[in-house]
Amino acid sequence: MKRLGPLFLERRLAPPRSVVFGVSFLAVLVALLLAALVFWAYGVSPVRAYSEIGRGTLGTVGGLSDIVRRAIPLILCGVGLTLAFRAQFWNIGAEGQLLAGAVAATGVALFVRVPDGFRLPLMFLAGFGAGAVWAVVPALLRVKLRVNEVISTLMMNYIMAYIVEWLVHGPWKGPTMRGFAYTDMFPVSARLPLIAGTRIHWPTLAVGVLAAVVVALLLSRTRLGYEIRVVGQNPDAARYAGISFASVLALAMVLSGGLAALAGVGEVAGVHWRLRSPGHVSMGYGYTAIIVAWLARGSPIAAVFTALLFGLIFAAGDLMKTTLGLPFQITGVFNGLILFSLISSDLLMYWRVRWAPKEKAWTGQAGL
Amino acid sequence: MDWTSWLVGTVSRALAFGVPLLWGTLGEIYAERSGVVNLGVEGMMILGAYAGFAVAQTLGHPGWGLLAAAGVGALAALWHAFLTVTLRANQYVSGLALTLFGLGLAGLLGRGWEGRPLRAPLGAVAVPVLSDVPVLGPMLFRDQTILTYLGLLLAVVLWVVLFRTRWGIAIRSVGESPATADSLGISVARVRYLCVALGGVLAGVGGGYLSVAYRPAWTEGMTAGMGWIVIALTIFSAWDPLQAIWGAFFFGALYHLSFRLQAYVSPELLKMMPYAFAILVLAASGFGRARWRARAPGALGVPYVRGER
Repeated sequence: MKRLGPLFLERRLAPPRSVVFGVSFLAVLVALLLAALVFWAYGVSPVRAYSEIGRGTLGTVGGLSDIVRRAIPLILCGVGLTLAFRAQFWNIGAEGQLLAGAVAATGVALFVRVPDGFRLPLMFLAGFGAGAVWAVVPALLRVKLRVNEVISTLMMNYIMAYIVEWLVHGPWKGPTMRGFAYTDMFPVSARLPLIAGTRIHWPTLAVGVLAAVVVALLLSRTRLGYEIRVVGQNPDAARYAGISFASVLALAMVLSGGLAALAGVGEVAGVHWRLRSPGHVSMGYGYTAIIVAWLARGSPIAAVFTALLFGLIFAAGDLMKTTLGLPFQITGVFNGLILFSLISSDLLMYWRVRWAPKEKAWTGQAGL
Repeated sequence: MDWTSWLVGTVSRALAFGVPLLWGTLGEIYAERSGVVNLGVEGMMILGAYAGFAVAQTLGHPGWGLLAAAGVGALAALWHAFLTVTLRANQYVSGLALTLFGLGLAGLLGRGWEGRPLRAPLGAVAVPVLSDVPVLGPMLFRDQTILTYLGLLLAVVLWVVLFRTRWGIAIRSVGESPATADSLGISVARVRYLCVALGGVLAGVGGGYLSVAYRPAWTEGMTAGMGWIVIALTIFSAWDPLQAIWGAFFFGALYHLSFRLQAYVSPELLKMMPYAFAILVLAASGFGRARWRARAPGALGVPYVRGER
């Protein structure tokens, strides 16, 4: 409880949804204002920058489709991360899990003999499996050996990135690629169909939206979802209730990593049609997805929409590079600023301001 | 190949590569001892590397560069402290944001500086007398910059401060049980701000060392995940500045070997070695004595609110 002049500040335990939304929206707005300073420091008029971005992304069909294309991996990774974060497991490893999926899908696309009709489904399956394995290792390390998951998931990102690097420079380097660090192009049966006139590989998008719905139902309507939430909110209570911390965490991570890996399958099968160096396959989607999940406050459905917002930022990054001559790193600055601004606003949600004038306080030595 | 000269070269370079890890780890140990995890080490290091290079290049003296690196690191860390101590934001997320922001900003600002060698790098200091000792001289005392010796000295000083002075008791009690410290009249917020800021200064210098001394040039992403190794090392060294020395130089050796062995194994596989070892080391310490675990500061990661449990 604090008094600020005629205003009375008091705590609230659970902010209503409208407040969460309003404060988050304001936070993003503040971050965009701060980013305007970066534009200005770079000698680009912020007004011009934002109007160019608005026109180039939201104003054209090509721009809109680019937003969606960029949002696809963010939806899958972000939905997966909401699961892990609900269990209070700090999965920073979506980037590596995504790449694991890309590797597995490439393996199936290029080196496995299957009838054409089964190739794509098998790529998705293999990708999910690879991501699940890559994600369940940190969960087991945490449960069995108490290894901090922030470190282990992060380290595994680097390890997977170097595995991809090794594959495209070494054993999987395409003989027809004239010395470039690519694998060969995927056969047509391993390429995802696009929506005509755009670059949206719609099967991955459909899988992502479906995953969001399924995960939302899983969290709210099933036993596993309940156990995940209990483990996250109160591990002690979970233990007393006889919930197995290890198996709940492992299952949550299988799903979380598997979904992130599907994003990787989508990128190689829908965008690149080959495996290439990790920085090109992912562009940091796995890290950005952390912000996506955070902004969505752990709600998988909301993650679809926050993913679209960050799809917009990525598309804007592309645009700024071509029209304003700003380097692509500006998206990292944007993302960092948004995250900063979001977490600073967190406290705001848990306070309610009430108008309660009191004669004495009004005369004002309260420091205002 | 001459075996001795190979060993001398390897140890000497491992020592040099361990320096940024050592500085970063010492800083993170202080931050975490006061109860604040800062996952922004990578961001602070890259900002330090950029600021160090840009200032040293502009003013023509490496000292100014390192000073700027320290200042930038401190600023970034203070921002983290403000968010986590004053606004009580989630420490993990704030640190991640700092890393994302730092990598982005340094990449953005560093565009024009890419690939140019630094005109006035920090030179090596040969220790008189000791550097003439056969084998050990060139191994330890000839090709090192002043920051190697300062780092070692700092580790000892920070150990003494942490475990043998009143300040150290204040820091550790704030990290173990802030409510108790508060009731004894220690300002929890002030101690945490100072420790996190010190962490930023040391991480900044560690980053500056990379661009001003170790490889005197600016390359985007030149910290290459060292900030994360620092965080693993902090756990591995059981939050003890003296033990950080061994850890830092062990990982320095791993980094160096990953370049050195490229003639025999493919470089991509070698480069993953430090990261794989970081997991292995943490897993191995999970097998070991439970004593190690007990040393994690009790209030690590928990924001302090007076009057709340």
